Formats: sequence, structure tokens, C-alpha cells
Amino acid sequence: MAGITAFGGYVPYNRLDRKQIGQAFGKPVSTGEKAVANYDEDSLTMSVAAALECCRGIDPKTVRGVYFATTTSPYKEKQCATNIAAALDLERNVRAADFTDSLRAGSAAMLAALDAARNGVTTLVAVGDSRLGAADGAYEADFGDGAAAFIFGSTGVIAELLDSYSVAVDFHDQWRAENDTFVRNWEDRFSVTQAYEPFVTEAVRGVLQKTGLKPGDFFKLVHYGATPRNQAALAAKLGFGPEQASDCLSKTVGNAGAASVPLMFVAALEDARPGDKILLVTYGEGSDALVFEVTEAISQLPPRRGVRSYLEHKRVAINYEKYLRWRELITFEPAKRPDQPRSSLPDYYRNYKKNYALYGCQCKACGTAQFPPTRVCVQCQAVDQMEPYRFYGKRGKVVTFVFDYLALSADPPNVDVVVDFEGGGRMFCNLVDCDLQSIKVGMDIEMTYRHLFTADGIHTYFWKATPQW
Amino acid sequence: MATGIKDRTAVIGMGCTKFGERYDCGKEDLLVEAVHEALEDAGIEFNAIDAFWFGTMNTDYAGTAFSQRLKSQYKPVTRIENFCCTGSDVFRNACYAVATGEFDVVMAIGLEKLKDSGMSGGFGFPIDYDRTEPELSAPAMFGMLAPAYAGKYGVTYDQMREVLPRIAYKNHYNGSLNPKAMFRQEIPLDQIKKSPMIAAPYLTIMDCSGVSDGCACAIITRTETAQRFRKDPMYVKAMELTAGPAHSQMHQSYDFTTIVETNQAAERAYKKAGITDPRTQISLAEVHDCFTITELILYEDLLFSERGQAWKDVLEGRFDLKGELPVNTDGGLKAFAHPVGASGLRMIYESWLQFHGRAGKRQLDDPKIGLAHNLGGMPWCGVAAITILGKELG
Repeated sequence: MAGITAFGGYVPYNRLDRKQIGQAFGKPVSTGEKAVANYDEDSLTMSVAAALECCRGIDPKTVRGVYFATTTSPYKEKQCATNIAAALDLERNVRAADFTDSLRAGSAAMLAALDAARNGVTTLVAVGDSRLGAADGAYEADFGDGAAAFIFGSTGVIAELLDSYSVAVDFHDQWRAENDTFVRNWEDRFSVTQAYEPFVTEAVRGVLQKTGLKPGDFFKLVHYGATPRNQAALAAKLGFGPEQASDCLSKTVGNAGAASVPLMFVAALEDARPGDKILLVTYGEGSDALVFEVTEAISQLPPRRGVRSYLEHKRVAINYEKYLRWRELITFEPAKRPDQPRSSLPDYYRNYKKNYALYGCQCKACGTAQFPPTRVCVQCQAVDQMEPYRFYGKRGKVVTFVFDYLALSADPPNVDVVVDFEGGGRMFCNLVDCDLQSIKVGMDIEMTYRHLFTADGIHTYFWKATPQW
Repeated sequence: MATGIKDRTAVIGMGCTKFGERYDCGKEDLLVEAVHEALEDAGIEFNAIDAFWFGTMNTDYAGTAFSQRLKSQYKPVTRIENFCCTGSDVFRNACYAVATGEFDVVMAIGLEKLKDSGMSGGFGFPIDYDRTEPELSAPAMFGMLAPAYAGKYGVTYDQMREVLPRIAYKNHYNGSLNPKAMFRQEIPLDQIKKSPMIAAPYLTIMDCSGVSDGCACAIITRTETAQRFRKDPMYVKAMELTAGPAHSQMHQSYDFTTIVETNQAAERAYKKAGITDPRTQISLAEVHDCFTITELILYEDLLFSERGQAWKDVLEGRFDLKGELPVNTDGGLKAFAHPVGASGLRMIYESWLQFHGRAGKRQLDDPKIGLAHNLGGMPWCGVAAITILGKELG
């Protein structure tokens, strides 16, 4: 039996009320909120966040492969699955691959991971997306950011794959060429009538035929929808009732691209009970349809943050200008500060365990946990008595803080905190996704993996603090 | 067994440029201005100096930064960089060198030219590292001390916002009496309090010192030869330097209400100088008021105030020009401003002027012992220097 053994979701803390876009351009837009990746988040960091949720209670060494799926990889050339693997503290001898460039990248990665799982290779799939629509266009309002992650394995399966059916057709619905920043599209009636409806229908009929199941057998139909209207109309045409069709999260998250169906799937799994069948259908240059049946093991899964809790954990305070700034869509006057140089890659690489998986060290002679890792103990001066000590997952408290209005920031002021971890160890870092008024000495924090800056095309990722919730 | 060099070296001449936005001056101009004031003060020729200790944090590199501009003739020039302690450290090393007998007369120079960079504040460090540490501005680093201090000692926010502006007010008042200071305006306390936040919740722009251009220097010889040059040299009682092990940064025992480097330097320097009661024995102190919160905490680290009491001493005026222990009589980093490599020597220069009755409107009544303190780096991992100077031997 192969299938899903764990899942996790992620929706960024910041939401833009679409009214703000309407006000900016003086015309009506769709209602609701779109989830907006913070200035230090991207498809990779959101995927790490979802993957860390997914890995709750799981020994990272048991995960033997990592697939990253997105249409918005931070790099055109350079793998990101390796970055995720390192942040999750996986072993070095894992399989890693990126699945990119299609809305169907997530399901393509899931199918590949299922193949791996059948061969005994437990594989994590992290899907994250943060797509851009041009200003004042429908996509700008519709698109939202988010991520989901799943582990596929053959033991401890909580949702077994019964079968799948894939359709692949070369079709231009949405695309970005080499130098395009914004998603382009053909007139949408062409796409809906000639691609979306026929491809999804073909995949759904195909998998129903293979499994011998009927629409009425399913707890949920989790299918892609460019708009809620298209999505609902297609569900009805396929013979599914409104209560079966999943919320495509358009009012709360927005269309999360390749992560859209995976996020909806996480929401469905949160509500599912043993025996429930879920039909997952993606779309983009074809369609993948996967039938899962939830097992008894789902009740043993440790508590985690899925979609539901993230939908409630939010701040809807940002305005449209801040959104433009965070996505670097307007040019700001540079600060009269020294240029920030790129990270030294040799130094970054030497500090691999520290930078990716948040390791410090612990002195065997005196027991002091310390960060950053060092060869000479800060407490007892013992030399080379250190053991690796991972700070990720340790409880942390704010010792002191400051709001820095001078430091370069896309969201001034920068909030700097000193964090003391339970069990010892102290770290200086930024605090993000917080309300300034709520910050105080003694508050509990957790650590989150973020994009610090880009210089010379090098993205530097590291950990920041965020209020514990 | 080390015996120390208390009273074995003496300053025989000092110079200091006007600090500020010296767009009129290059590095050579600043060096000539300070060095020649010191030479005239000491009454000696430039070529009579045997060796030089030249400090700058990031204005230039190597001994040639000095020698090519002043045309020193193939003599030793040692370049020192030690953050904001650079000026104190060149003085310290120059004193040690002359004390050994290797040289008769040496010069310590500190120079910084920051206003040619185009930055309104701050400076970069061209160091290759992974850059995963948060980019804290200097006000933010020291701003982290304020909530901790207020929390530990039960000082309310409003009280803190009385105390910190009061320190800025004092230093600006003193600076208004100093013709070489960058800022020569007395600034009303109300205006200081209304300044915009820069490192919230405690530090406004008016809680920060200003970076500037400037140069200062001292000519030093052994005490027994000092009399050849002048009857009234200034004697070096003690010099201390500490560089921190980052214990405060990495260990939870540190509570952000002290700067350990400074406290340790003070304890050791007082012992060397024979000072048992700093509050009464020290006539004036120039301390590293990079930010008002720094000066507040330093009062306690330098044992001028009891722990948790400095904020009350500030409000009572203990450190005012007419107070029991005047601090930063020349305006400090706040008003005299902060050309990093020069600041340590600028602080020593104030004792020099005060001992010779040359401090003009801010002249104290017969000061005998002066203290110069500076610190560099971060409150949790940095360097600190203390120099104790005397008008008299013994």
C-alpha cells in the first residue's frame, strides 16, 4: 500500500483585502482577501514551512527523498529541493528534484513520489507558489500565496492512493516566457471551454473508470478552479454535489497556483475520516486525477497546522503599496546606508548545519547549549568538546527587543530580538509576522525559515523568529 | 611580575581638529591640523618624533596612510584598528613603547573621515561572511539595552524618556561651550523629547551621537624626560583594554543592563591607578556616549552610580558640568561628535585642556584626575578602553 503518511499546510500571515486594490485603481475587483507572502517569504520558504508542519513527530532521517514543486522557483538554474532537504535536516543521501513550470507541477511531483514510495523510498513533496499578476489585472487580485507538503510512503499510510489518471496536452492557457514577470493568458473562454473543462473531465472520467467509482462515492472532490464560478460549474457537470466540491480558497487565500489544489487537499484531509475517498484533480497543460482513500491511521497523526488554523492566523493590515514593495514592483529610494554585500558562499557553506537546519552546539564538558556553533566553549573554554545541537523546535522567549528604523528593510521598522531557548542558548534575530504593539519581553516565539536578501543573484536564507501561536 | 607603568609616561602636547562635516578637508588636512597643533603645543619639531601609532577604523589602511601625508621619514608607523577604541588603543600602545626605552618621543594619532562616504550615518565592514546575522543598526544594538534596564529596575517608560533626553541635553549644553564641537547649539529639552524614533521604543534621533570627520593626537614621552619639554605635562595613571568573548551574546546569564567589557576595564584601571572611590576621586570623565542609553549604563559600569540608580543620579544632575562628577564636559560623542578613530584621543584631549585651564567656558575648578572611556562593537561583544590621566604625579 502506498499513499500519504503525513501532511502540512502553510498560508502566509499577511493578507491583502482586495478592496485595497480596488481603491488603488478606482474600479471594482473580486471580494475577499489574498494571502501575501511577506517580503522575506517566497515559494521556497513557504514550502519549508509546510514541510516542517508535515514532518511534525517524524524523524527526518526516515525521509529519503524531497521533491519541490512550483511555478515560481527562486532560481532559474539551481535546485531548491536540496535547500528544503537541508532545512528539514534530512540525510545527505536523499533523492532531490524540482518540478516546475506548470500548474500541474504539484501533482506531477506527487505522482513521482508515489512511484518512489511503492519502491520503498519515502518521499516528501513540498509545493509552494507565489505568482504575480500585472497591476490592475484580474490575476493580481486573484492570485494568492501558499504552500502544502505531503510525505508519501508505504507504511503508516493515512490516505492510500487507489489509482490515478493523467492527461497531457500542450496548450497555452497561462504562461510566462523567459523574461516575463507576470503571468500571461489567452482569452479565458478559449481556455475554459477548450482546455480546463475537457482536460479535467477526461482525467476524472479516466480515473473513475479505472477504479469503478462513481461521484457519489467521494467525500470530497478537490479540483482546480481558476475562478470559483468555473470550479463549481465543472463540479456540477461532472456529477458532484456542491457539498462535495472543495472550497478553492479564492476568498481567503487566492489562487495559489501549483499549490492551490494541494492546499485544498490539506483542508480536505483535515476534515476526512477513515474510509473517506477524496478525488484530487489538478489542471495545467492537461490534468492529473488521483483517488485517495483515508485510512484508520489518520487518527494517530500528531496535531499539526493545516489550512484551517492558518486561515484564522492572519493580519489584514497591509495596504496595496506595501504589497507592491514586498514584491519589488515599485522602485524605492535606496537607503543612505552602505551597500549590503552578498553572502560569502564558502562561509555560508561551511556553516551548512547552522544556516539550513538551525544547529548550534552543546558543550560536552559543561552542558551549555550555544549559538552560533563554536569550537571553543563560551562558558568553560573547553576546546572541541562540542556536539551538534539543533535549536529548531526548542521553545524560545524574547529577552529584549528593538524596532530598528534605520536598517534596510522592505517593512520598516525591522524588529530585532534576543531569544533565549529552553535548555540554553541565545540567538539574535529578526522577529517577523507580528504586530509591534504586541511585542514584549518574555513573549514566546518560534523559528521560521526566511529569505534574508538577494545579492548578485544569490538568495540567502536563514531563520527568523515569529510569535508562537 | 608585571609592575605596571603608572606615572612613567607623560603627555607633552596634544592637538585636535574641529570635529564635524569637514567637507573643506581631506585626510591630509585633518592630519596636518591636529599634528601641528600638538607639535606647537609641545614645542618640538616633527622630525623629533621617533615613532608613530596611527589609528583609524575604516578611513584608510596601514602606516602609509599617515607617513605619505605627513612625510614622516622612514620611521615606524603602526596602524591600529580596534573599533571605537582605536584612538585609545594607539595612545596605549604608544605609551607602552616609550616606556620600554626604545623611543624617547612618540606620537599617537587618530583619524576618521566619514563624511566623504555619502552615508548620513554608519559605515560598512568589508568582511566576507555568511551574513545570516541580523543587520542591526548601531542605535538598534544599544537600543536593546533600554527595555532590559527599564524592566529590571522598574523604571517606567515615561521616566526613561525623561532620563535619556536629559543626558542628550547635558551633552549638547556642554558642546555649546566648546568651539571645536560639531554641534554648538544648546538644544531645549522639549525639542529633544519630540525627536522622531529611530530605535524604538526608547531611542530617538536625539539619543544618537553624530558621526563626523576629525583627527586628534598626543605626543608622549617618559616622565623623567617630560620636564625637558614642559613643566606641566599630563601623567598617564592607567590604561586598560578589554575585548569580549561574546559571552554576553551567547549565554543567557547576560541581562542587557551592563556592558561587561567596560565594567571589567574599569575595575582593573581603577586598581592600577589606585582609585578606590571613583565618584569622588575622578574630577571629570569623558565616556562613550554613542547613545544616551549607553551613557546611562556606563555610569553604573564605571562605578559612578550604584546599580539601578544611575537614572536617578542623572535627574539629580550629578553628571552635569556643575555637578559632583562632570561627564562629557566637552559635549561628548553627542555634541563634539564621533570620528571613530579619533574619539579616544579627543577624550584624552579634554583632560589636557582642563588640567591646563584652557577649557574656556566649560573650565572646571582645579581638576586633578581625568578618565577617558570608550567602547566599540556591540554591547554584548565588543572592546572597551579606559585611560586615567593625572595633573600631578602620585
